[in-house]
Amino acid sequence: MKTPKLTRRKFVATTAAASATMIAAPFVRTAGAAGKISIGYWDHWVPGANKATQTLTEEWAAKEKVEVQIDYIPSQGNKNLITIAAEAQAKSGHDILAFPTWEPQAHAELLEPVDDIMADLIKEHGKVNQTVEYLGKVKGAWRVVPATVGSQIKGPCSRIDLMKSLAGIDVQQMYPAGGAPKADNWTLDTFLKAAEACHKGGKPFGIGLGGTTDSIDTAGAFFHAHGAMLVDDKGNVTVKSDKVRQALEYLTKLAQFLPPDAPAWDDASNNKWLVAGNGALIMNPPSAWAVAKRDAPQIAEQCWTHGFPTGPNGRFAPFLPYLWGIWSFSKNKEASKSLLRHMSTRAAAERMVAASAGYDLPSFEKLTDFKTWAEEGPPKGTLYHYPNPHNHQILSVTANPAPPKIAHQIYVQGVQTKMVVRLLKGEKMEPVLAWAESEVEGFMRT
Amino acid sequence: MVDVAMQGSQAAQVVSSRSSSLRRTMQRKSTIAFFMALPLILLIALLVVYPAIYSMHLATLNKSMQRFVGFDNFLFLFKRETFWKVVQQSCIFAITAVIFKAIIGFIVAHFVHNIPAKGQRKWRGMLLVPWVIPPAMSCLAWLWLFDPSYSAFNWILGHFGIGPIPWTGDANWARFSVILVNIWIGAPFFMIMYLAALKSVPDQLYEAAAIDGASWWQRIWYITLPMMRNIIAITALFSLIVTFANFDIVQILTAGGPIDLTHVFATWAFRLGIQGNDIPLGASVSLFMLPILGVAAIFILRDITQRGNES
Repeated sequence: MKTPKLTRRKFVATTAAASATMIAAPFVRTAGAAGKISIGYWDHWVPGANKATQTLTEEWAAKEKVEVQIDYIPSQGNKNLITIAAEAQAKSGHDILAFPTWEPQAHAELLEPVDDIMADLIKEHGKVNQTVEYLGKVKGAWRVVPATVGSQIKGPCSRIDLMKSLAGIDVQQMYPAGGAPKADNWTLDTFLKAAEACHKGGKPFGIGLGGTTDSIDTAGAFFHAHGAMLVDDKGNVTVKSDKVRQALEYLTKLAQFLPPDAPAWDDASNNKWLVAGNGALIMNPPSAWAVAKRDAPQIAEQCWTHGFPTGPNGRFAPFLPYLWGIWSFSKNKEASKSLLRHMSTRAAAERMVAASAGYDLPSFEKLTDFKTWAEEGPPKGTLYHYPNPHNHQILSVTANPAPPKIAHQIYVQGVQTKMVVRLLKGEKMEPVLAWAESEVEGFMRT
Repeated sequence: MVDVAMQGSQAAQVVSSRSSSLRRTMQRKSTIAFFMALPLILLIALLVVYPAIYSMHLATLNKSMQRFVGFDNFLFLFKRETFWKVVQQSCIFAITAVIFKAIIGFIVAHFVHNIPAKGQRKWRGMLLVPWVIPPAMSCLAWLWLFDPSYSAFNWILGHFGIGPIPWTGDANWARFSVILVNIWIGAPFFMIMYLAALKSVPDQLYEAAAIDGASWWQRIWYITLPMMRNIIAITALFSLIVTFANFDIVQILTAGGPIDLTHVFATWAFRLGIQGNDIPLGASVSLFMLPILGVAAIFILRDITQRGNES
């Protein structure tokens, strides 16, 4: 008689499934005729935004007669990363998961190719930005579909009144609602002068220099604006380059005008800074403005989301997408693909954007003209430029164009912000570069 | 026929003696204790031993977890500046915190011990509160107290013209903050252990010492400390291991910053393994202290056993 054996894999699989179930109370729908799938969506910050994905999934399930189980997995405390790591180890778990920025590259060999879906979506909605391609494609094959939910541009959100009175800049005129940007003068120099003026006026720009994503994304965009990279696309270490020096000099100058505790900031600090009325500008998606709308309406009325300043290498804005992937060990790949197609229609994307009050962003070029962004307020039109409708800035991710597995390490370790903080603490440029070079060389291991 | 009957009887005797020996074994206190502890042993095997062995296995794989690399991950770490910084910080964090927890626990235990029995229970309960609250919750409260921009401490200090102090923004202050919170959470454990030890010291020893004219300090040095030696050693060892493995306090308060100057083994392992998707390297970092703490534990426990045998 064969005795049932608890293998390591079975054990890890059970543990992973149990953990995932415990993270969020599941919504279970039983229709069942065409099988069953389980989905791990990102648990949205914006209250009520999960309703859109739930309703859309339910509608699809009813039509396709598929039984679905939805788990909303939060990113607080990196619970989504832990779930992804556990499921990848166990080779068992959800059929579809929402992967944050770098995770598809890290688990590419365990993800089902989705070239067929992406080919159709690109045909229908236009091209995706280069960051999505960089993060979602492995060896020329799409492994994930960009998710509308959770994807965001972390551009400037300025106080109209303070920028006008302290820095003499009319952000509404520069980025008019419903019209193309008139931002030729919105350069790195202008930005620095404005930062200095607002600092003098007692309302400094609220930009962090910590180790969390908001700080890292902003530093990365300034690096890109200078054409500075720590590792090039071929994997060569390029830390000790003039462009890197220029980017660091610029950021160190800028840091003098930031709050003195900026090196300790996390992703909530800039939101609090804006909502408390302490500063004239932060770099964030519109969640901070949405909180201000609820808690400090007089501040929300003065907020305007717009583009990044341009530098010698161009105008870059940090884009952080979520990406939906199907595990290669999924038991119902066809149904999973069908759901991803359903979730990627224009109508679905529009509903998700509306439910998140404009926070969520589709990655396709023809999906940047939804009425939510044009109409949300106050002030009306505050989000018009958020999805980059006139394509006037390049959407980028920190450490691009380094090979993604190296870039991932540079990003997670926040090498760029650490370099700036080291310089701020009085270290000399060359030792800082040498430290960064040594760190980056350590990321090359395979 | 007789032979057959004899053989049958012998077999019955063997079976009977076996069953009675089994019964005797089952009735032994140690056997009963073993079976009563078995569920816990199985639970520990499942939740502690298995993950520990699995993490050792992970630490021997390459980054993509497809190849056995032996000790290469450790050799790689030994060449990293940041790793040695983490080792240094973990030692500063754990040793400083344990020393202060032990001193504060010892002093407070004496105070509580000298409170009349009637009111002692209330004080014991209140003093245990920091240890009883889940650290994730109390750390959040501390985070707000230390908040970079809106620190309640700074607000109070501001009224006296002091500050603002960069509690989590400056490396030294950040180290101070995480150690302070660790002491706040852990000192009650030392207090309760030392209090139990103090209560077990026979009063006759103090009475004899008082008759001999021993001072307060002599009573502490020659009676209290020797009588508490084992409990002090065990508590310090246990706390050292737990403090070296601390994750929540540092992760919540500073996440290892600024510029990696407050990382301890667990937070650095999490950064590398889970956030950076290098699980083998993360496992190697988390296992680095295992042999060192293991050897320390063997020496301390052996010392305790020896003293137990001597007494």
